[in-house]
Amino acid sequence: MADKKTYLFDNQRNVQLVLYTLYISCGILLLLDFVIHRHTIHRWEGLLGFYSIYGFIGCTAIVIGSKWLRALVERKEDYYTRDELSQTEEGRHVDE
Amino acid sequence: MWMSELPAFVPFFLAALLALVTRGVLRSLLMLGIVTLSGLHLWLLEPDVQVYLPFLDYELMVYRVDGLSIVFGYVFHIAAFISILFALHVRDTMQHVAGLLYSGSAVGALFAGDLLTLFVFWEMLALTSAFLVWARRTERSYQSGMRYLIIQVMSGVILLAGVLLHAAETGSIAFDFIGIDHLGGWLILLAFGIKAAFPLLHTWLTDAYPEATATGTVFLSAFTTKTAIYALARGYPGTELLIYVGATMACFPIFYAVIQNDLRRVLSYSLINQLGFMVCGIGIGTALAINGAVSHAFVHIIYKSLLFMSMGAVLYRTGRIKATDIGGLYKTMPKTAILCIIGAASISAFPLFSGFVAKSMIMAAAIKEGHSFIWLVLLLASAGVLKHAGIQIPYFAFFAHDSGIRTTEPPKNMLLAMTIAAVLCLAIGIYPKMLYRLLPFAVDFNPYDLTHVLAQTQLLFFAILAFVWLNLQGVYPPEKVAINLDAEWFYRRFLRRVVEHVSGWITQLNKSIRALSLDRVDWLITYLAQRHYPTGKGAVIRPTGNMVLYIAILLAAYLWLLLSFPH
Repeated sequence: MADKKTYLFDNQRNVQLVLYTLYISCGILLLLDFVIHRHTIHRWEGLLGFYSIYGFIGCTAIVIGSKWLRALVERKEDYYTRDELSQTEEGRHVDE
Repeated sequence: MWMSELPAFVPFFLAALLALVTRGVLRSLLMLGIVTLSGLHLWLLEPDVQVYLPFLDYELMVYRVDGLSIVFGYVFHIAAFISILFALHVRDTMQHVAGLLYSGSAVGALFAGDLLTLFVFWEMLALTSAFLVWARRTERSYQSGMRYLIIQVMSGVILLAGVLLHAAETGSIAFDFIGIDHLGGWLILLAFGIKAAFPLLHTWLTDAYPEATATGTVFLSAFTTKTAIYALARGYPGTELLIYVGATMACFPIFYAVIQNDLRRVLSYSLINQLGFMVCGIGIGTALAINGAVSHAFVHIIYKSLLFMSMGAVLYRTGRIKATDIGGLYKTMPKTAILCIIGAASISAFPLFSGFVAKSMIMAAAIKEGHSFIWLVLLLASAGVLKHAGIQIPYFAFFAHDSGIRTTEPPKNMLLAMTIAAVLCLAIGIYPKMLYRLLPFAVDFNPYDLTHVLAQTQLLFFAILAFVWLNLQGVYPPEKVAINLDAEWFYRRFLRRVVEHVSGWITQLNKSIRALSLDRVDWLITYLAQRHYPTGKGAVIRPTGNMVLYIAILLAAYLWLLLSFPH
């Protein structure tokens, strides 16, 4: 795999560029809450930055929850197949 | 319209028949042409057709087109066209025929006007789709397909039982509102629930879809579950139970999806999550909610097949699909990567993409009907969709660590199929009226007001921010070669162990009974041998006189009996 070509995201500057664009967009979106009058239905929706905070915390909670779940349900890859498959084809995937 | 009474499944079965006897370009043209014509035919149809067929004592309504079924009919045709196009390069008659029969069965189930017709197509869906799993021709896919088929057929059997009870209780087999106020209704709901991947009944999906062929999964992702969603929308709109079932479905798969290694399994979990939104909408049951569920099913079929296609393309080109094995593929598959990102943006419901215009209807309906908690759950699920399908799929496949794999773009037909799906995603997202015109209820809903757009954009951008932050902190769960237990543990491990124990016990019992019997037989042989050996008692040679003595005793006994009882 001697691939010497440099691709778009091999250059760390491009990665940084994407990240900074994201940070700035987030900042602007948060600030827009102060400027734009929103027509909300639910009481909480009206809170400043509700969606931003919910999105951030929600996502973090999902990831943390997944880590706990993984600790609980993770098994070796051949957990089922070592019983189910005959020895010759153990874990092997053949594609068309 | 000419031949408006021609049921829409007939062209599909005809195409399957023709695909069986043709080869190469001719077959490709026939398959695509017939599906296109069938779609156009449906498009020109006025939605109030009913075709009856007498069967025994019943008058079966084998074909009924109305406002609800026709929307699904359109999108099923689109999905069939895209899936066939995506599979054109495959040189496997079985897959082509099975794909067409499967799509045809789905269309048949969709336009079934009575429950018996529905049952027939319901079982055909099960049988024909199993071939798409088996078509991979590995032992693993064979077993997975078997488990899939058993569960699917079970759904059909439960459906039939429910239909018979329902018919006995209500005296009608018409497929209209069913409800859960009688046992038949519950059984039918259970049957629909199995196909709609209700929690704990969902494992056939996450088991079999990742095991099917690269092209077969695209078919699978479109039809089975959405037929069930249609059936729920017709039979159980406004059933409150479905709101909670739907919310559960929208939530729990997220956690599983984040830790899956097989990317097509991630998409399978994400499929359940999307179904959750639809089931929730059906449960809420207002015109807005049903419209939301239907339009979500519509756009979902398209972007989900786009995502499955992009992963299919990766699998086809690299032979791998586990996050630990791939990565950095954007370098050699940039077009596929971009198309995948469009699908990912659509499923995440970014404004201007198709998911947004559909999902916001369900969210709006939930909040309007005062289901605040459900709304919050769905909002969390929306952030979760972005996490596992929106980011995880494109990120782990095309970016993340560079696996060193250098490949090429997939064949042209695959790229074209993905492009069509991507264009549809964008077109519906940018011009939602195109979709809203088709919906069963008149629509007065504008997704593009500032409040909606800002809220959704904030939610998504901050969810991405959380992903980036967690990733930089190293908290994000790394890709790992492993599997995760799910409800399937019950039958793949627990029941297996039970069966093993019971059969072991029976074997043991059988063995000991046999041993005991053998022991007895041995004893008998020895006994007889001992008696009849030269020295044994049975082997003594007795003189003829002995016999005369015995006869004399016998006659004496006879005489005594005769004298004692003269009558």
